[in-house]
Amino acid sequence: METTILFAPLVGALICGFGWKFIGEKAALWTATGLLFLACLLSWIVFFSFDGHTQQIEIMRWIESGSLSTSWAIRLDRLTAIMLIVVTTVSALVHLYSFGYMDHDPQWREGESYKPRFFAYLSFFTFAMLMLVTADNLVQMFFGWEGVGVASYLLIGFYYRKPSANAAAMKAFIVNRVGDFGFALGIFALFFLTDSINFSDIFADAPRLAETQLTFLWGEWTAVEVVCVLLFIGAMGKSAQLILHTWLPDAMEGPTPVSALIHAATMVTAGVFLVCRMSPLMEFAPGATGFITVLGASTAFFAATVGLVQTDIKRVIAYSTCSQLGYMFVAAGVGMYSAAMFHLFTHAFFKALLFLGAGSVIHAMHHEQDMMNYGNLRKKIPYTFWAMMIGTLAITGVGIPLTTIGFAGFLSKDAIIESAYAGGSAFGFWALVIAAAMTSFYSWRLIFLTFYGQERGDKHTHEHAHESPMVMLVPLGVLSLGAVFAGMIWYNNFFGHADQVGKFYGIPVAEAHAEAGDHAKADDHGDDTHATESHGEEAAHGDKAKGGDHHYAFVGKPGEGALYIAPDNHVLDDAHAAPKWVKVSPFIAMLLGFGLAYLFYIVNPALPGRLAENQRPLYLFLKNKWYFDEIYDAILVKPTVALGRFLWKGGDGKVIDGFLNGVAMGVVPFFTRLAGKAQTGYIFTYAFWMVLGIAALITWMSIGGGAH
Amino acid sequence: MDNILSIVTFIPAISAGLMALFLHGNDAAAQSNAKWIALVATTVTFLVSIGIYTEFAPSNPGFQMVEEGEWLMGLKYKMGVDGISVLFVLLTTFIMPLTILASWNVTDRVKEYMIAFLLLETLMLGVFMALDLVLFYLFFEAGLIPMFLIIGIWGGKDRIYASFKFFLYTFLGSVLMLVAMVAMYVDARTTDIAALMTHQFSSEGFSVLGIYIVGGMQTLLFLAFFASFAVKMPMWPVHTWLPDAHVQAPTAGSVVLAAILLKMGGYGFLRFSLPMFPVGSAVMTDLVLWMSAIAVVYTSLVALVQEDMKKLIAYSSVAHMGFVTMGIFAANQQGIDGAIFQMLSHGFISAALFLCVGVIYDRMHTRDIEAYGGLVIRMPAYALVFMLFTMANVGLPGTSGFIGEFLTLMGTFQVNTWVTAVAASGVIFSAAYALWLYRRVVFGDLIKESLKSITDMSTRERLIFAPLIVMTILLGVYPSLVTDVIGNSTAALISNYDTALAAAEAATQVASH
Repeated sequence: METTILFAPLVGALICGFGWKFIGEKAALWTATGLLFLACLLSWIVFFSFDGHTQQIEIMRWIESGSLSTSWAIRLDRLTAIMLIVVTTVSALVHLYSFGYMDHDPQWREGESYKPRFFAYLSFFTFAMLMLVTADNLVQMFFGWEGVGVASYLLIGFYYRKPSANAAAMKAFIVNRVGDFGFALGIFALFFLTDSINFSDIFADAPRLAETQLTFLWGEWTAVEVVCVLLFIGAMGKSAQLILHTWLPDAMEGPTPVSALIHAATMVTAGVFLVCRMSPLMEFAPGATGFITVLGASTAFFAATVGLVQTDIKRVIAYSTCSQLGYMFVAAGVGMYSAAMFHLFTHAFFKALLFLGAGSVIHAMHHEQDMMNYGNLRKKIPYTFWAMMIGTLAITGVGIPLTTIGFAGFLSKDAIIESAYAGGSAFGFWALVIAAAMTSFYSWRLIFLTFYGQERGDKHTHEHAHESPMVMLVPLGVLSLGAVFAGMIWYNNFFGHADQVGKFYGIPVAEAHAEAGDHAKADDHGDDTHATESHGEEAAHGDKAKGGDHHYAFVGKPGEGALYIAPDNHVLDDAHAAPKWVKVSPFIAMLLGFGLAYLFYIVNPALPGRLAENQRPLYLFLKNKWYFDEIYDAILVKPTVALGRFLWKGGDGKVIDGFLNGVAMGVVPFFTRLAGKAQTGYIFTYAFWMVLGIAALITWMSIGGGAH
Repeated sequence: MDNILSIVTFIPAISAGLMALFLHGNDAAAQSNAKWIALVATTVTFLVSIGIYTEFAPSNPGFQMVEEGEWLMGLKYKMGVDGISVLFVLLTTFIMPLTILASWNVTDRVKEYMIAFLLLETLMLGVFMALDLVLFYLFFEAGLIPMFLIIGIWGGKDRIYASFKFFLYTFLGSVLMLVAMVAMYVDARTTDIAALMTHQFSSEGFSVLGIYIVGGMQTLLFLAFFASFAVKMPMWPVHTWLPDAHVQAPTAGSVVLAAILLKMGGYGFLRFSLPMFPVGSAVMTDLVLWMSAIAVVYTSLVALVQEDMKKLIAYSSVAHMGFVTMGIFAANQQGIDGAIFQMLSHGFISAALFLCVGVIYDRMHTRDIEAYGGLVIRMPAYALVFMLFTMANVGLPGTSGFIGEFLTLMGTFQVNTWVTAVAASGVIFSAAYALWLYRRVVFGDLIKESLKSITDMSTRERLIFAPLIVMTILLGVYPSLVTDVIGNSTAALISNYDTALAAAEAATQVASH
């Protein structure tokens, strides 16, 4: 069944991409879409029937060289199962949605068949992404990792006539390669250290790596720290974290369904998945995880500030994605991998919803993307309006404080903010709370600018604004369900008590009547720890309130279960025990952002313009995304090209060839004279010298008495 | 068949001889005959060479199918293959029919052209099979003559300059190698390669003109061979002949040059340098590793700013060969397996890339990147093929390009992390130059008037690419096809190398006590 899930999209891509001429365009598109719905259905079956025990399914041999041995194989555990449903569900819906969105695309001319290519790319992407999440070793993961990169490159550059799309596609691929460079070095280091690149071997070796020193470049480091940092560099590229984030906003050049699938719900979360997958190593690398926390928090903050002032509807959502990915990394960095996965899971629903909603708006407005030309659309496209509304309620985190009732983002985002506090990262906590206020501001700004106020921009476009067809609205409806309920349904699995979380991920937990002495934040009592296996036990302790008698601790070894949580990692308990003000702070931030957006765009629409005027430098700084692109161009791109030119003309030209020509001027005329021919002389000369050489050799041997 | 190796080697040469003797005239019929004879000869060679593959026993790390006989003037004729060479033989026989097919539109001196290619094939096959030093040298050096002729007669307008440069480089290397071979014979009293591999050349240091030479004679011999192989590779900084040669060579010439001739340097390192001069190799390892890493970055940067498509791909070839030398001198299983894999894979990928250039050069008669743009609109099949090989060239997993780069880097990491990090940055630059090339040629709108009537690939052209596509993906998905064959020979090579080094180490310790 898992193999079918994995290969159905590939088969779809091949049939659609190569076979459409034979079976017809429509049939090809439906084949690809149908196979994805099949994969989706099977994925949900796998998700619900999965029992927590890691399985390995071998498919075929792959790279073998000496002690290096890798196979094409599927590792099925809870992480994989979660990713399977995220990837296939969003992908299937995006396929369906594309029937409407890609119909009569004005970018193409009469008679050009672009749809089979588009669907083939989408299906191929899905295959690569499934490869990434099902991999049982790092190299296969790298295969998926680069495969999604290529699919993303092809889809960003889908409108290949547009120079901006081509530039964005290249940028995405190359910036990702910078990350891949780190990822690859991480794999090499792991192979060097453990003589294997299979997850199970690496995980089992994790404790040893924490004790091992590795000489890498200029210094000696703790092996596991080096590996974790290198792998995280890969994650930074794929997940558009600060420094390597510049490609993501530009990636919006691709068609909107692509942005929803690849640049919101699935591919960009691969970095988070990688960090969670490597939790058995991460748990031994406090330095690396500290770095991840700081970088994630910085990204969340940075991207949110830029999102405040963008006017392109897709770019606002892109920066929002970048920011939300930062949240996930903070969770992973403080050791709450489960919360990171929780947000990854809910974010997939509401962010895909927002993107597809934005696509629906763009579709209605004849491919106008500037929000300054929108306004008052809620009556013209009511279904889209409500879908966007639900997405916004989810991303801003609307819910009832101190309960577990709320939209998906309310539960998962609060889980992360509480974890950041409990993990002891004050910077992380405050950066995320402030980012939450900004998230709320720009999200509501988007809603107000698009659906409220005055109609702006081209009159004609507004008059012809129309609601999207059913194939586009159904995916919006399904994703809306996810955005509303996904958090509430799975809260306990991702962020419940240790026994619930442990059961979900297949991590053994032990009942502890009381907390160990070194367990600072917890309640009193002695250190009498009963190691009762509650793995697989029914969750009969439903009423365990905080501070009750039943405490559970994770006791799994690295590699046991889908995640590893070290015995001294108490973030989950501590997050639940966080003070009330911590728990309500994101909610207050959300209200603050909403209030400001309401003031700026409903009550007093002239205010934003005046503020931008008064704070011109700050406005420009944000509007130009902190000038990252300009700085990179000046310190990286231009010097690299200049260096290339210098090495070509100076190095190869003047120095090397100059030297040789100098020698040649002295030597060659002599030989050519000797050979007596001018033009074809070189060849002759060469042959002559060779013959002479062999003659010399033979003479030597004859003198020496012949060969034996 | 007892002498299958000789049969495979000489089918092309004999065909060439027959063609020279019996094919007269230069009318259309004679030209067509010449092409068909060459195509049939190379195809038959390939089909027979499959017999070598099936007969080859991968479990045996030694030489197989050995043929030995007396030859002129007391010299010996000895041929054989082991895991290291056998796949190069197959690569050669596989590529040659494709190059003939790619030359179908040649009109100038067709008979001579085909003869040159057929002779070239024999000589290249001889290089990979010769087990006698003199025989090897003969094949190795003589192979350059047809290549000179191909560039010099059927080349572009600066062909004289290019063949001159080619000559100069190769000449310097060959002279030194020849001197070293004489010295080897004097020391070992044999020219048998298998015997030389077990012979221990002195590694005791001595002083020449006040310079102390670590590793003594082995180091000197190593350097002499290195001069020749490094030029052939080509390694930075003796690589500048290659871009010029490629630019001037006709498409098929570039294909052979990139796919096969460049592999002789790497093969030479594996056949001679490492097994015969282990101490010399060890002494020079750091230098070679650094030269390789610099080559990767340097030539990638230079590739970035090229304006001529062929030059760009030529520079990218040098960069890819950097991974090969790096892997070889990492001297461990992953490194050497990776190096051999990379050479084979580069054989398919670079051949395909030069053929890609050839496809549009045949139509537009220019290699200027500037002259193109928007080809995807009129040439979708071409765009797809070019995309596939562009991705293979940047080492995308799932293509053969990935396996070679990955294994060589993995092998080098165990030896030197700095070199690995520098070389690995090549994956970023390669993406930059390759995608930029692709973008400028294939993407964008088709606005240039001259391109408006360009046609997509013909059936012949598709047939040329099909086998290359199959191999590139097959080896990327199931690399065991290669690693199973080479694994044992590589392992034996490494274990001999390590043993020899340990012995030399022990000897010096004894001497110093």
